[in-house]
Amino acid sequence: MVGSAQTGPTASLPRFEPWFNRGGYTLGRYILRRILISFPVLLGITVVTFAFANLAPGDPVTAMIDPMSGIEPGEVEKLKEALGINRPIPVRYFLWLKEVLRGNLGYSYVTHRPVATMIAERLPQTLQLMFTALSISVVLGVSLGIYAAFNQYSLLDNVFTFMVFIGISVPAFFFALLAIYVFSFRIPLFPTSGIKEPLSTLPPIIDRLHHLVLPAAVLGIEGVAGYLRYTRSSVLEVMRQDYVTTARAKGLRERAVRIGHVLRNALLPLVTIVGLSLPSLIGGALFIEVLFSWPGMARMAIEHTLGRDYPVIMGIGLVSATMVLFSNLVADIVYTVVDPRISYE
Amino acid sequence: MEGEEKGRERQALHVSEDLQHMVRGQAVVGLRELIWRRFRRHRLALVSIAIMTVLAFAAIFAPLLSSPNDPYTADLQNLRAPPSQEHILGTDRSGRDMLARILHGGRVSLSVGLIATSIYISIGTILGGVSGYRGGVTDFVIMRITDIVMCFPSLLIILTLVAVIGPSIFNIMIILGFLGWPSIARLVRGEFLSLSERDFVTAARCLGATERGIIFRHILPNVVGPLVVAATFGIAGAIMAEAGLSFLGLGVQAPRPSWGQMLSAATSLTTLERRPWIWMPPGAMIAITVLSINFIGDGLRDALDPRTMLD
Repeated sequence: MVGSAQTGPTASLPRFEPWFNRGGYTLGRYILRRILISFPVLLGITVVTFAFANLAPGDPVTAMIDPMSGIEPGEVEKLKEALGINRPIPVRYFLWLKEVLRGNLGYSYVTHRPVATMIAERLPQTLQLMFTALSISVVLGVSLGIYAAFNQYSLLDNVFTFMVFIGISVPAFFFALLAIYVFSFRIPLFPTSGIKEPLSTLPPIIDRLHHLVLPAAVLGIEGVAGYLRYTRSSVLEVMRQDYVTTARAKGLRERAVRIGHVLRNALLPLVTIVGLSLPSLIGGALFIEVLFSWPGMARMAIEHTLGRDYPVIMGIGLVSATMVLFSNLVADIVYTVVDPRISYE
Repeated sequence: MEGEEKGRERQALHVSEDLQHMVRGQAVVGLRELIWRRFRRHRLALVSIAIMTVLAFAAIFAPLLSSPNDPYTADLQNLRAPPSQEHILGTDRSGRDMLARILHGGRVSLSVGLIATSIYISIGTILGGVSGYRGGVTDFVIMRITDIVMCFPSLLIILTLVAVIGPSIFNIMIILGFLGWPSIARLVRGEFLSLSERDFVTAARCLGATERGIIFRHILPNVVGPLVVAATFGIAGAIMAEAGLSFLGLGVQAPRPSWGQMLSAATSLTTLERRPWIWMPPGAMIAITVLSINFIGDGLRDALDPRTMLD
C-alpha cells in the first residue's frame, strides 16, 4: 500500500515501487517517503507556473527586474542577459527558479512593487478569514453531524441532510449577497464590507470581529455542509463495527461507548479532510473577499487578473499551490501518526 | 409468546417475498428496471428530474417562451423597472426583459455544464484507465501529474487561463473541460486497479480474451456506474464554476445573458438593497438547477451502488 494512507481490503495490490520504497516499512520511513514524494510535485508546480508565465504575454524574465531601481537601459539588457533572456527555455527555467527560491517573485506590471511584498501584505487577512471560516465549519459541522448520526432518521437528521444539499449547491456568492441583503440591509446587524470602520470608537479587535463575522460565516457554509455529511456517515459506519457491539456487550454505558469507541474512531480521519479543504477555502475566499471588500490575497488575484498583471497572478498561484501541498503533507503525516490502524506495510 | 411467534412467521414470509423479488428481479425484471425501481425510491431525485426536464425545455424553447420580449432589446422607457404585466420579472439596468434573459441564460448554464463535463470525463477516463491498467512507471507519472494539477486551487488556474486566453463562453467550456479530469482519473484508476484483479477478468484472460476485449467488455462497463454518478455531480460543479466566473466578469460576456453575470449586477449596493428582482431570480435559478442536479446524482448513486444491488 503506497501513495496515500488508506485502509480496506483493496490495499494489498501490487504496485510500482520507487527506489526509496524497497525494503522494510516503518512509520519513519513512510513519513520520509511521503516528504520525498512531495518534492517532484513541488517541482511540478513551479514548472506549471513557469509554463503559464511563458504562455502569458510579456516576459517572465523582464518581470524579475525591479522597474523602480532606476537603472540605465543598457544595464537592463545586461541584467536580462544575466537572467538568461536569450537562453533556451530549460536554462531560463532554472534561472527563474533560482530567483524564486531567493524570494523574488517578480514585480507587478501595474504597481511596480515586488510581488512577494504585495502577497506578504495581503496574506494575513486571507488567512484570518480562512481560519475563522474553517473553525466555524469544523465546530458546527462536526457537532451537527454527530447529533444527526446518533439520531438517524429523526426529523432533525432529515432536515440536516436537506440543508447539506443546499449548502453544497448554492454558490457562495449568492449566499454572500443574501447575507448582506438580510443582515446588513433588512436587519442592520453587520457592516456590508471592509475590514474596519474609519471612525470607530470600538476597540480594534471588536471592530475587526464585527467585520469578520459575516464573511467568515458565509465562507464557512460550504464547509459546515461538508463536515456534517462526512461526520454523519463516518459515525454511522463506526457504529456498525464489531468492536462497538463488543463494547456494548461488555456492559459499558452507552455514553462511554459513544465517546470512547465511536467518536474516537470516527473523528480521526477528519484530520485529513481538514487538510484537504484548503483549495476549496481559497476558491471560496475569491468571492467572499470581492463581495465584502476584504483586503486579502484572493481579492488581489481577481483585481490583477482583470488588469492582466501576470507576475502577481503567478505569484499568488505559486504561493497557494505550495500552501495546499504543504497542508496535504501535514494532514497525511498527522493522520498516520495518530491513527494506529494505518498500515504503511 | 404468541405475538412473537406471529412476528417470526411474518418475518419468514417477508424473507420469502424478498427472495421471490430477487429472483424475479434478476430473471425477468432486468438490471435497468431494477435500477429505475431503486432510483424511484429517492423522492427528491424524482422531483429534481421533473424540475430539470422543465428547465431543459425552457432553455430549448427560450425564444418562443420569452416572446414578444427578447434578451437583447433595451426598453428605454423601463430602466430597472420592477415586475409588471409587460415585463413579468421586471427589467435590468439597460431595460432588458429579465424573464427573457433568465430563459436564455439557462441555455448558457446547461450547455457549459454538459460540454465541459463531457470533455473532462473523456480525458479522465482515458488517463485513469491507462494508469490503472498499465501500472508501473506510467501509473506513477500520471498520478504525480494528477497530484500537481490538484494542488492548484482550480479557480486560480482558471483565472490565470482566462487572463491568458480571454473570457468567452467557448473558452470557459474548454478550460473547465481541461481542468476537471484529475478526480475522474483517480476514480477510474481505482476501479481499474481493483477490477483487473477480479476473478471474472482473470477468467476472461484465461479464455484468451484480447486486451481490448478485457478493457472494453469486462472492465469499462463496470466503471460506468460510478462514472455516471461522478458526471452528474460534475455537471452541477461546472454550472457553479461558470456562474462564478461570469459573476466575476471572467466568464460569459455581456450582452449574452448568463445567470452568474446577471447576478453580478448586485455588486452595486443600491441594486442589492432596493432592486431584488434584478439579482434574486438568477441566483435562485443557479441554486435550483445545481440543487436538482445534485439530488439526481444522489439518487443515481443510491441506485447504481453495486454493494446494495439486490436489496
